[in-house]
Amino acid sequence: MDTEITVRVDGVPRRLTVDTRTTLLDALRERLGVTSPKKGCDHGQCGACTVLSGGQRVLSCLTLAVTQAGAQVVTAEGLASETATTDEAHEQRHEQRQHEGTHDGTHAAGRCLHPVQRAFIDCDAFQCGYCTPGQVVSAVGMLDEFARGWPSAVTSGTEAPRLDRAEVAERMSGNLCRCAAYVNIVPAVQQAAEASAARTSEGAAGTGVAR
Amino acid sequence: MKPFDYRHPADAAAAVRTVAADPDAVYLGGGTNLVDHLKLGVAEPDLVVGVTDLLPAEIEELGGGALRIGAGVSNSELAAHPRVREWFPVLSQALLSGASGQLRNMATTGGNPLQRTRCVYFQDVTTPCNKRTPGSGCSAIGGWTRYHAILGASDQCIAVHPSDMAVAMAALDAQVRVLGPDGERIIPFTDLHRLPGDTPERDTVLEHGELITAIDLPAQTIARRSAYRKVRDRASYAFALVSVAAALDVKDGVIADARIAFGGVAHKPWRAHRAEEALRGAAASDSSYRAAADAELADARPAEGLEGGNAFKIPLLRRTLTATLRDLAREDA
Repeated sequence: MDTEITVRVDGVPRRLTVDTRTTLLDALRERLGVTSPKKGCDHGQCGACTVLSGGQRVLSCLTLAVTQAGAQVVTAEGLASETATTDEAHEQRHEQRQHEGTHDGTHAAGRCLHPVQRAFIDCDAFQCGYCTPGQVVSAVGMLDEFARGWPSAVTSGTEAPRLDRAEVAERMSGNLCRCAAYVNIVPAVQQAAEASAARTSEGAAGTGVAR
Repeated sequence: MKPFDYRHPADAAAAVRTVAADPDAVYLGGGTNLVDHLKLGVAEPDLVVGVTDLLPAEIEELGGGALRIGAGVSNSELAAHPRVREWFPVLSQALLSGASGQLRNMATTGGNPLQRTRCVYFQDVTTPCNKRTPGSGCSAIGGWTRYHAILGASDQCIAVHPSDMAVAMAALDAQVRVLGPDGERIIPFTDLHRLPGDTPERDTVLEHGELITAIDLPAQTIARRSAYRKVRDRASYAFALVSVAAALDVKDGVIADARIAFGGVAHKPWRAHRAEEALRGAAASDSSYRAAADAELADARPAEGLEGGNAFKIPLLRRTLTATLRDLAREDA
């Protein structure tokens, strides 16, 4: 049965008619041409299809598109330019001018990478890259959960945990990497966490909030 | 996938009327299990009724240390709630030991207990399964039984319930609030799930159309010293081979009271009343814990099967219970 829905995808309202059986993943990839969420297992076991819906990381392969009417969905393609600092923006515009003509520019033009994307590049946190968009979106969602003080299975007691290797591995366990690039993914997530904590701290100092 | 209609009624009461009126209608919560079953052909409804945002999404303090958890509260929010972590740590730990961050964000309090077994034969429509197709036979008996029951199974079905949250709820004497076409009723959590018997197709006592709207946790100081311990084939993101939810009250080296439930070993979260009884008044020692495990496991029947069956679960569960209680007693000291 066909249903018309409007979903905001990476900041842009998209109206489409979907069969009730269509998953959010298939709607994004096959209907809207948003191919950064990947179809790995299609059964909620690998995390390659991870997107943010309403700001929370979810699996688009286990989400029916009809349930997302009016939702705000963010994929790896929509992460850029939201949080970059002026310095980073300048640096990236410079890089972009140098690389002009070497990429399609559809999504990256005039945009600055998200700190998690930047950290994945800095740390070489991928090999084949298939799981990477899911890893990146999952890390963005996870860092937000961590900032809100959410515990994990390896968090002991009720004190705020440190984002050490065990915490990152546990909180990212829903994202599998068949190349086993975990050895670089974990430091990338930690680097992004530090970058974001540093920014928060600078902002807090500016507003006089004690930390 | 078989075609189905999708509806999103105005409120929970309308959803109940809609599902109750159609024998082939199902509720859709977080979708983490149902959407997979739609793909696998395990579930073939004519009508899917979305209810997640129609259900209460708050955790309410009822006074005296009791909580009411709306059925729409996500597993993540529930695990992270300060009162849950402080008053019912076993519940927070059980939730966090299950699934992944993404799945916990999607899964709901009302939907989690209603997820179905991950028995590989149940999920494979090409194999006989009495739970999926009554009367077709059980492929697990004599098959691959590593993830199957040792307690309360029948010759029709040896599947186990997969939820971790439900094991903690069973230990905590939770009460399930259910809305049906004839109004509301309250079901003790330990009575929600059934043993398979001759009707393994029925996981719970819920009638068609009944909808879980909330789960209440009664106040109990014993739960403040509680823990969930899960043994599995991977360090994270895997179902339990065995698990233990326990709360312990120790005074002067003697066990005053205990709450214990097992996961991964039965068709329902297994409240271990015999073990609790064996512990009351006993010394807080490893020999008491082992004796309590033996009391509960006296009727355990391992399933024979490939690769030696699942007899390993009996000593594994005995040791897991002993370790859990030892840690709790130490915490109490």
